[in-house]
This record gives sequence, C-alpha cells and structure tokens, in this order.
Amino acid sequence: MIKVTHLTKRFVQKVAVDDLSFTIEPGEVVGFLGPNGAGKSTTMKMLTGFLPPCEGKVSICGFDIGKQTLQAQRQIGYLPEGAPCYGDMTVAEFLHFIGQIRGYRGQELKQRIARAIALVELQQVVEQTIDTLSKGFKRRVGLAQAVLHDPKVLILDEPTDGLDPNQKHQVRKLIKSLAVNRIVIISTHILEEVSALCTRAMVISHGRLLVDETPYELQSRSRYHQAVTILAEQPVDRSLLQALPGVAGIEDNPLDGSITVLAEAGQVIFPVVNQLIHAQGWQVRELEVERGRLDEVFRSLTRGDAA
Amino acid sequence: MRQLPIIFKREFSSFFATPLAYVFLLIFLVLSSVFTFYLGGFYESGQANLNPFFNFHPWLYLFLVPALAMRMWAEERKSGTIELLMTLPITRFESVVGKFLAAWVFAGIALLLTFPMVLTVNYLGDPDNGAILTGYVGSWLLAGAYLSVGSCMSALAKNQVIAFILTVSVCFVFVVSGFPLVLDAFNGWAPQWLLDAVASFSFLTRFQAISKGVIDARDLLYFLSFIAAWLMATAVMIDLKKAE
Ligand SMILES: Nc1ncnc2c1ncn2[C@@H]1O[C@H](COP(=O)(O)OP(=O)(O)OP(=O)(O)O)[C@@H](O)[C@H]1O
Ligand SMILES: [Mg+2]
Repeated sequence: MIKVTHLTKRFVQKVAVDDLSFTIEPGEVVGFLGPNGAGKSTTMKMLTGFLPPCEGKVSICGFDIGKQTLQAQRQIGYLPEGAPCYGDMTVAEFLHFIGQIRGYRGQELKQRIARAIALVELQQVVEQTIDTLSKGFKRRVGLAQAVLHDPKVLILDEPTDGLDPNQKHQVRKLIKSLAVNRIVIISTHILEEVSALCTRAMVISHGRLLVDETPYELQSRSRYHQAVTILAEQPVDRSLLQALPGVAGIEDNPLDGSITVLAEAGQVIFPVVNQLIHAQGWQVRELEVERGRLDEVFRSLTRGDAA
Repeated sequence: MRQLPIIFKREFSSFFATPLAYVFLLIFLVLSSVFTFYLGGFYESGQANLNPFFNFHPWLYLFLVPALAMRMWAEERKSGTIELLMTLPITRFESVVGKFLAAWVFAGIALLLTFPMVLTVNYLGDPDNGAILTGYVGSWLLAGAYLSVGSCMSALAKNQVIAFILTVSVCFVFVVSGFPLVLDAFNGWAPQWLLDAVASFSFLTRFQAISKGVIDARDLLYFLSFIAAWLMATAVMIDLKKAE
C-alpha cells in the first residue's frame, strides 16, 4: 500500500506539488495525467525517495520513505523520466549491475536478467552499448531495470514515450500482467493509455490533485458521454432526433458527414435513437455510442492551466 | 556496506570504457618521467633516491587528479543517472565512498606503473628503499586528498570543466599554504600559532614529511581526516544539488 499525506514540494520560484494526499492499494494501476509542468514527475521523485518533500509524508508498504528509505526503495521499481541509464555500459552489464545492487547473485541473478530481457524484448541488443541504442530501446532498458526484482510497487514516468506501436502494446501488456496484487503508477500524456491500462486516473494540475476516479468516470464527464454518432446514407430529419427525450443537441462532423447526437448528463439515449432509426427506416451505415472523449475532459479540467 | 564493492566495480570499469583512463596513465607516466629526469636533475643530483620524482607530485597532481575526479558526480547529474542511483537501495556512504575508492585505486595503479623508476635508482646506486616506499604511500595519500576535493566539486558543479577548475583552485590553496613564499608572507606579523596552523594545513608540509621516510601517525591522520571531511561534504552537496 502507498499512503501519501499532504505531500508538498516548493522550488525557489514555484510550488511544484501542492498538498497531495492519496492512498493506493495493491492491484491498482494509477495513471497520473496533467499538462507539462503539472508536478507529475516531481511527485514520483518524492515517492521514490529521490527528492525530500518540503511537507508531508510518503509511506511505501508501511515504510516511511524519509526514515526507512532503503527498505522502502527495495519495494520499488522506478523508471525515471527520460529513462536514464549508464550509457557506457552494455545492456547486459547494466542489468547485471542493477541485479547485483538488488542483492541477487549467481544463478538467480542470471535468471532475473534473462527474464527482464525477455519481458521487454531486448534480446537483439543485449551486447550493445546503451549509448548506441535508439530511444525506444533505451526506454526498454529502463523498464527492464525497473522490473528486474519483481517489485511490489512499480513507478514509471512516461513508460511508453518514444516506443513504436508494437512496443507500446507490448509494454501495456507487460504492465497489466505485472499489476496483479501490485501497485503500478504511471504518468502519461497518452490519454487512451489511461482507459486501456489504468484502474484509476489522477489529474494533476499546478501540483494539485483535481480529479481522482476511474477512467470511466473521467470519460463520463465528457459532453460526448453516451453520445450517438450516426453515419447515414441520406440526410436524416434532425428535428425528430432533437425531440427525443434526453437529447441535448446535435453536432455535425464535416469530415465524414456524420452527425453526433449528444446526451443530457446522466441520460442514455442509444435505445431511443435506435428505435427512431428503425421506425423511420433510415439507411444507417455506422452507428456508434461513445464513452466520452478524454482529451476534451482533460482540456476542460486543465484549461488555462498550462504551466 | 555490501553494495560498496558493486558501486566500486562499476565506477572502476567505467574509467576503462573510454580512452580517458589510458590517456591519463600515459600523460601521468610521461610527465612524471619528464619532470624527474629533465627538470628534477635526477642524474645531476648524484644521489640514488627518488626525491626529484616525488617532489613534483603535488604539482603534477594539481592538474591530473582533478581531471580524474571531475566526472565522478557531474556526469551522473548531467545524464540524469543520479536519479537512478539515488533511488536504488544503497546508502549515501556506499555511493560516495565507492566512487571515491574507484578513482583512488585507479590513481594507485597509475602510481604503481612508475616502478621502473624504482628499478632505475636501485640499478644506479643504493637507495633507501624504505623512504621510497613511504614516498609512494605519501603520494597516494596526496592523490586521495586531491580526489576527495574533486569529488566534492564534481557534486557541486554540473559542468565538468567548472568542477575541474574549482578542484584545481582549492587544491592549489592547500598546496601553497605550506610554501615558504606564503609562510614568509605571514612571517613577522602573524603569531606563531597562525603560522603553524597554515603550515599544518598544507599538503606540501605533510607530504614532504612522509616522503622523507617516516610515516607519522599525525600526518596519516591528517590525510585520512581530510579525505573523510571532503567526502562528507560531497554527500551534503549531492543532497543539495541533485534536484537541479
Ligand atoms: N529542480 C527544480 N528546480 C526548480 N523547479 C523545478 C525543478 N524540478 C521541477 N521544477 C518545476 O516544477 C514543476 C513541475 O515539474 P514536473 O517535472 O514535476 O512536471 P511534469 O508534470 O512531470 O511535467 P511533464 O509532463 O512536462 O513531464 C515545473 O514547473 C518545473 O519547472
Ligand atoms: Mg514529467
């Protein structure tokens, strides 16, 4: 369990993290969202014991990060922002070093390294110097390093930044598989990642926690929540749609000529829209219900907050 | 303490990952020979000892050792690996001392590679090998003292060149504080205790005492506590500066 109370970090010119409090239980995958400079990385640096907070406390699996730093750090696998690694080492040497620091020796060390390499598919670059790796491979080395000791708490700062689509998929699968009975915290600018991966989304802006709920709840805040998009063969009678109960309005999508019927907050309009389509005999090529658009929610939550 | 050898090993092998180590060794060996044989009047002195060799070490180290130390922490901060290092379960003691020892042992190896010097004097005459041995010990302690300053400056400055310049400057002060010229400046007006204090802070006074063939416990203690103090300062500096 992670328990954070009144966590605050002030730098000379500004407050980077402002009175954050939250608790995370095993099995949760938490996504930190927020504009650039919101304080996501700074929060992670305090969770991992790199930066001392100005105020507040962090407890990792019962260990106070300020007082029992080493015990707490043993529970954590951490991918810092930008995935820094010792560039003069080869991938194998680097993972060997990390494994030794984590206390493994001999056969177990070898097995752990092999497993980490397999998990993030590093086989083809094992003997390559890290400096000569591409950005995505460097990130994967950082990930391998973080999961080497099978930590109870995994803190990943932008884990999929710079990865190709296949690798993004692979890393998400990896994170999901690791999440069982563990705690995973990721930060990301990829909103769909949050709905694909996280059980909980925290929106941070100006160092403050704005929203802490499930990705579904976050999506529900969208004005497109429960909206129905219709792509019809011929123009349809809008007034009929407009008159349906629970319909808030209609928007045009000039790109493909479809229309989006918006639902009033808390209303489900798909059944009535569907009935109407059948009753009128409209030729509909595509019909889609939306859960909500995260980018729109994100914008409206953090609008004008860009730091 | 279990992690210290691991840090040491990584750091030590990182010297050899770049040509830096070899360049350093080459420059060190060439310069120490040049200084000894040409400038030190090794042959002319007509004496079989290594005094001319050791006498130049404080000056030779003044530029070479800071170059060895400047990467130590500046590089970690610049590349961001410090965040990795400081979030691994190792103590500050292990990381600071592990890195320092790696550089110190490296300097020791450079020193050991000058053994042909010892063979030469033994071939030419009948030197006091005990004094030569203490000379080596003293020189290694001196290198350690320089390195400890370098470690702290490297933690202070993110830029390696600045770390280098700062280290040279601080070490210079500690070398010249025992220089007759400096002591003369104090002589006459300053009380004797101040004169003694300034002289006692000097690398030069201590180093010369050791390389004469006697290792005084106080001189040994001086170097060791000097190193310990600067390493503690390093740890403090890391905590102050790591976020930047
Ligand atoms: N060492 C530092 N000194 C001064 N200010 C800092 C320092 N580190 C971070 N900040 C400031 O704190 C704020 C939060 O930074 P942080 O890196 O946590 O943001 P972030 O949410 O991770 O942003 P991004 O999405 O761009 O990674 C920023 O305004 C940043 O400029
Ligand atoms: Mg960040």
